[in-house]
Amino acid sequence: MSEIDVGVVAEQIAESDQISEPSGAPELGRPRRRKEDGRLLTGRTRWTDNLSRPGLLYVTFLRSPMAHARITRVDVSGAIGLPGVVAAFSGRDFADEQGSLPCGWPVSEDIVIPDHPPMAVSEVRYVGEAVACVVATDRYRAADALEAIDVEYEPLPAVVDMREALSPDSPKVHPEGNKAFSVKIESGDVEAAFRDAPVVIDRTYVQQRLIPTAMEPRAVMAETDGDSYTVWSATQIPHILRVMLAVITGIPEHKIRVIAPDVGGGFGSKLQVTAEEVLCLLLARRLGKPVKWTESRSEGNMTVHHGRDQIQHVRLAADADGRIRGLRVDLLADMGAYLMLVTPGVPLLGAALFNAIYKMDAYEFGCTGVFTTKMPTDAYRGAGRPEATFAIERTMDELAAELGLDPMEVRRRNWIRHDEFPYTTVSGLTYDSGNYEAATDRAMALFGYDKLRAEQADRRDRGDPVQLGIGVSTYTEMCGLAPSRLLGEARYAVGGWEHGSVRMLPTGKVEVITGTSPHGQGHVTSWSQIVSDALGVPFDDVTVLHGDTAVAHKGMDTYGSRSLVVGGVAVLKACEKVKEKARRLAAHLLECSPDDLEFHAGAFQVKGTEQRKTIQELAYAAFTAHDLPEGAEARLDSDATFDPENYSFPHGTHLCAVEVDTETGMVKIRSYVAVDDVGRVVNPLIVEGQVHGGIAQGVAQALFEEAVYDADGNLLTTTMADYLLPSAADLPAFVTDRTETPATSNPLGVKGVGEAGTIASTPAVVNAVVDALRPFGVADVRMPCTPERVWRALEGAGR
Amino acid sequence: MIPAQFDYVRPGSLAEACAELAADEDAKVLAGGQSLLPLLRLRLAYPSKLVDVGRLPELSGVHDRGDHVYIGAMTTHDEVIRSAVVTEGCPLLALATATVADPAVRHRGTLGGSLAHADPAGDLPAVVLALDGVLVAGSEEGEREIPAAEFFVDYLETALRPGEVLAGVKIPKLGPGWGFHYEKFHRTAQAWAIVGVAAAVRRADGAIAEARIGLTNMGATPLRAAAAESALRGAELGDQVRQACEMADEGTSPPADLHAQPDYRRHLARVLTRRAVLAAAGSP
Repeated sequence: MSEIDVGVVAEQIAESDQISEPSGAPELGRPRRRKEDGRLLTGRTRWTDNLSRPGLLYVTFLRSPMAHARITRVDVSGAIGLPGVVAAFSGRDFADEQGSLPCGWPVSEDIVIPDHPPMAVSEVRYVGEAVACVVATDRYRAADALEAIDVEYEPLPAVVDMREALSPDSPKVHPEGNKAFSVKIESGDVEAAFRDAPVVIDRTYVQQRLIPTAMEPRAVMAETDGDSYTVWSATQIPHILRVMLAVITGIPEHKIRVIAPDVGGGFGSKLQVTAEEVLCLLLARRLGKPVKWTESRSEGNMTVHHGRDQIQHVRLAADADGRIRGLRVDLLADMGAYLMLVTPGVPLLGAALFNAIYKMDAYEFGCTGVFTTKMPTDAYRGAGRPEATFAIERTMDELAAELGLDPMEVRRRNWIRHDEFPYTTVSGLTYDSGNYEAATDRAMALFGYDKLRAEQADRRDRGDPVQLGIGVSTYTEMCGLAPSRLLGEARYAVGGWEHGSVRMLPTGKVEVITGTSPHGQGHVTSWSQIVSDALGVPFDDVTVLHGDTAVAHKGMDTYGSRSLVVGGVAVLKACEKVKEKARRLAAHLLECSPDDLEFHAGAFQVKGTEQRKTIQELAYAAFTAHDLPEGAEARLDSDATFDPENYSFPHGTHLCAVEVDTETGMVKIRSYVAVDDVGRVVNPLIVEGQVHGGIAQGVAQALFEEAVYDADGNLLTTTMADYLLPSAADLPAFVTDRTETPATSNPLGVKGVGEAGTIASTPAVVNAVVDALRPFGVADVRMPCTPERVWRALEGAGR
Repeated sequence: MIPAQFDYVRPGSLAEACAELAADEDAKVLAGGQSLLPLLRLRLAYPSKLVDVGRLPELSGVHDRGDHVYIGAMTTHDEVIRSAVVTEGCPLLALATATVADPAVRHRGTLGGSLAHADPAGDLPAVVLALDGVLVAGSEEGEREIPAAEFFVDYLETALRPGEVLAGVKIPKLGPGWGFHYEKFHRTAQAWAIVGVAAAVRRADGAIAEARIGLTNMGATPLRAAAAESALRGAELGDQVRQACEMADEGTSPPADLHAQPDYRRHLARVLTRRAVLAAAGSP
């Protein structure tokens, strides 16, 4: 087999894009292949681990093998003096300067935020917590030297189960106890809704713990130059990280530069301020030399923050015709050992979504955050919203089963009709737009719903060992995080605005700076499309800079499907300002009033004449500044921030058909249809990619993934052989389509698509599994629905 | 991959390789590396020296030797799948090898490495056991033949002696009238088998004349489903086969892990054996 020349591949990708795309059509809505893909797919790019500095040293961390223990002694002297070892430190060596890792979302008055030293000093509280580190001239010697460090632990009892953790005689994770916080939200008369309700569905669901597993492991490099510092990190949040590093270490903010080079996926796991980032910065300062740390996959499984991990008690009261009277939700949310950046906020991001797309008069939500001796949880694709959507969509299917109704019919009787928007829900959100009927009708038609139901009935009649199940998920979510005012009301530490800059270069090319920080989303491509249409410049004439606090000086970074909805709009607004400057300049040069000019195809033209100036000519005129209007500055650039007035609310209908082998318990997805409404679409290819990846990740929660700790708090799923990720071979071809109901809360009409697939798909799959098994007396299967769990559910139901 | 330090040698002959191994009991054979390198990466193994046998001419090649097929130990999984000698002479091996992991692993991993590693969750040990393969060990003294039934001694333990290297495997050809199937049960395409069943079946007059069944991941070693094999002799397709396959888990001691408890593995062994036998008999 011949060698693949990655350079040639990159060129081919770039060329095929130019060949396949006709010019002249509007860019918005065009399926542009991504400008980034050539370098990202070939790996010839700036992954943090690809970067180096002269004299670079390598850091490794010694991690606790115990879930809970007092550290009685750390002796690093055995490592010092080994070949290549430059230094070795314990947590105590940094106790005075390492500070505490931040929690930026103190959700309640009663919240307990324990001290969280980046390197443990006196006690460890989860397996994998750093207790010491080695700095060496290469990573092999750094890893070898860890084995020469001697740590003595005095074991303390592990706290693994959330319910047991809350019992009064449970061992304590922190001296303050195991309750991190409690929150209660009430709307309407819940007592009345449940009193004499003809139907009450009472269910408890377990949202298993997940490991985000970005393709690129975390990596950090830090360097000092006098009193200034540069930190490169595979992070989603360079701007927030910079502020936090300044606050934690006391290094003045203006002396810290943070760079997020190309970042290979995050799914929320790189929305964090990590121990390793703080310690690499401090090690660079202590040693006066550049240092780098890159995690291994097993290290990552233990120490990248985990996702989900809730126990959800859901009670739904309904009338005999299926109309919902009220909903009660009680959550236990596993915080793990500490509260990290947004740990306590994650379950609350779902608090207003349990009522979903349904009308009801009464709602009650309670959540208790619980400390355990496990890796902290935090944001993971969807963050709180997949959990809420799963609970309500599973419960709607249970309501339908209880009443003997089709699950879609129960939903139709309860959802908000398209002519009722804008609609303020029982939990207080105002959904600006949507059309659940249209998305559902389209999905049902693509799926062949009635035909599959007929096949299901036939298989049931025949007693086929392979049964068919059909699952429904009619979801909505809130994203585009977020209106700063609402975030403030929710006690979130920072705002939700975004920043964009646009500057015309002398040759008419455009440089865009965005405060969002892409890690696979394709911002460079989408932003180029927005700018191309707004300024009438060719797609290829736009470049987009990001992820470096010295270049993109303002930003709130990328998470919560916010980049396009907030950051893309900020770029659009900056373009509008540039265009206004250009208009005044054109009017001056063409000796007319700005109002006499029409802007079309990248040029200002005097109405009714052939006189015109292109935006490129104006850029050059601004550069030379030989003939500017009175008082005008010599620049054709501008910047803007955008702070949305409301969240955005993507929605859609996902339908899943599974075949369940009742002999073995194996579940196979037979077909999957997703019709999503993400508002206006900038790039259909990118939207499609997000939907496909999102569904895969949601299916993974339903069928494959689970982080498992044993009773002693040891993580058992430290490798990919134990933590199962599905690949393309394990997934069906997804059928996707869209309806387009523009958002009214931003001028682009976009809603965001980063999390929708993940939020929608998990309940669709599990509903399908349960639907297949219901005739056997099975009413639920805990996720992931492994073959063994399905088989045991059938055995337990007595078939 | 950040393993601990080790020495590396690439001997030019099998004899040289055996001498290296005989001289250092902490030395390990490096074949395709698909099992050894993960152990090094996780620092679960600290060999003093890796003896790379990947390019030894004595260990390569697939040969049709009349009544059996001889496969050199360093033949990669991908080469096995693509070899006409294998697909014609011992198709069961090709069927099972095609289910191993993913294309990247199949291009590096070798048949000999998989057999010598002797992981009972690997697909190929059970196949070679079911086919009554004979393993050929090389050493400074020459070659020694070990029947598969004696080769797999315990979990990750074989009858190879210090200083011996697995040189190849002889797979007897089964005559006309035989059908084959490998039934692998795993949660994702790249995952290990929770249980696997390798079946070779000879049909005569609408019944099973003879069956050979190898079980993957049902004990510390690959196992033959001996009770089911004898009950299948003369069984008619249908209820008799079904009843015979109910004995498939007799004499097994399946492991417990994250993916399955022993009772579930026993159940799977029975169901999958029935499916494998019927498929091999051309009656799915």
